[in-house]
Amino acid sequence: MNIFYHIGRYFILLSRVFSKPEKAVIYRSRFFEEVNSLGIGSLGIIAIISVFMGAVITIQAAFGFESPWIPLYAVGLATRDSIVLEFSPAIVSLILAGKVGSSIAGEIGTMRVTEQIDAMEIMGVNSAAYLILPKILGFMFILPFLIIFSMFLAMIGGLVFGVLTDAVTPHQFLYGIQYDFRPYNVFYALVKVVVFAFIITSVASYHGYYTKGGALEVGRSSTKAVVYSSVVLLFFDLLLTQLLLA
Amino acid sequence: MIEVKNLSKNFGEKVVLKDFSFRFEQGKPNLIIGESGTGKSVLLKCMVGLLELDAGEVLYNGQDFLRMNFTEKKLVRREIGMLFQGGALFDSMTVEENVVFPLSFFTDKTEEEKRERANNCLQRVNLENVNKLYPSEISGGMKKRVAIARAISMEPKYLFCDEPNSGLDPKTSILIDELINDLTHELNITTVVITHDMNSVLEIGDNIAFLYKGEKCWEGNKQEILHTENKRLNDFVYATKFLKNFREKLI
Repeated sequence: MNIFYHIGRYFILLSRVFSKPEKAVIYRSRFFEEVNSLGIGSLGIIAIISVFMGAVITIQAAFGFESPWIPLYAVGLATRDSIVLEFSPAIVSLILAGKVGSSIAGEIGTMRVTEQIDAMEIMGVNSAAYLILPKILGFMFILPFLIIFSMFLAMIGGLVFGVLTDAVTPHQFLYGIQYDFRPYNVFYALVKVVVFAFIITSVASYHGYYTKGGALEVGRSSTKAVVYSSVVLLFFDLLLTQLLLA
Repeated sequence: MIEVKNLSKNFGEKVVLKDFSFRFEQGKPNLIIGESGTGKSVLLKCMVGLLELDAGEVLYNGQDFLRMNFTEKKLVRREIGMLFQGGALFDSMTVEENVVFPLSFFTDKTEEEKRERANNCLQRVNLENVNKLYPSEISGGMKKRVAIARAISMEPKYLFCDEPNSGLDPKTSILIDELINDLTHELNITTVVITHDMNSVLEIGDNIAFLYKGEKCWEGNKQEILHTENKRLNDFVYATKFLKNFREKLI
């Protein structure tokens, strides 16, 4: 029964989040603040992870394809498909669920326990919409760009480290990443990413918004936000893959 | 004026407020006093709608707050200013942005007008040159005064203060008391103060209700409280040896 209680309360919160905003101009500036804080603030970690993961995928592919029957450009092809289909949209989103999710739950949870949310409610401000809506829309807007950036860097990482380790030549790698390219795969990845952005921000906000107690509970909410958003994200990864690729 | 009738609130099995009734007068500081854990803050939260009641009525100028629809409640809330125990300032905003916040939501003032109103409110609570500072950069007493400035920025009809003196030194406490008292008379608003600070009671207690284990045990004013025969209230008022000696001399 507990799970149904949380699901019900989550959707009640969402109905408040998506109710008509009091003043659109305030929400517009909050949207850009969140794009900057959640999106641009994550560029560094995305860059580091993408370059190294791209390199690892390339080296592993080269190791697995050590056969005279498999052309070397298959390394580039395998790297591209791994990055576009799963690594950048799902794994980077999972990592961001940790970074962004805990930050959102911590921020909103602290506002709850220090009565800042109560202060907004007393003023007549829809605190759920004011705090959560710009985060959801901002992250849904910026995450696709971050993931395209991640794809690009991961392939650069694969190329650089593949060549440095003699796993593949630049020509073969570049030929491989262009071979039989299907734009639909990028579309599939971006659809997943928009759904993941919604899951990460809404689940983390839910845990932060209903925090009760003090500092200890804020920490617990952050942990729960990361765990639950990751689990829900993986479930939707499977569901969307079946719906869009099968 | 606010009138509370037969208000009851339980948390599970635990009875926190039982059949509480009181009339909060306009133009006077109305004090709810009592020991810690007697339900004072719960009463305040029930009155402003942050907690749901189990029974009773809260009437704002004769209109039952609990029977109002969402839009009507929102309109009443715009007439409420509240000072929370910890100030509840938005820590991602500067002092000025905190005071401007409700004005941005509910008025059509220009940026210049909002800044001017914020400056007036900050000057009214004797704060200057703090506009650009963040809450983490100012003292506890200043935070309370910023919170009062934010609460009065929308010219409220009702001002709620949850333990305005907690964590403050006696001198700053007196300043805050005087400020609340002056604002109440100046703006002719209904002010509700939750406190267990006897200095506040004797300074600004024009209309007082004493809560004991969730029930109203006594009501009166600051003159009457010193001469009451109510044993529970006397135990609270004359809690220290110094005050007990004072009472003996008084009698």
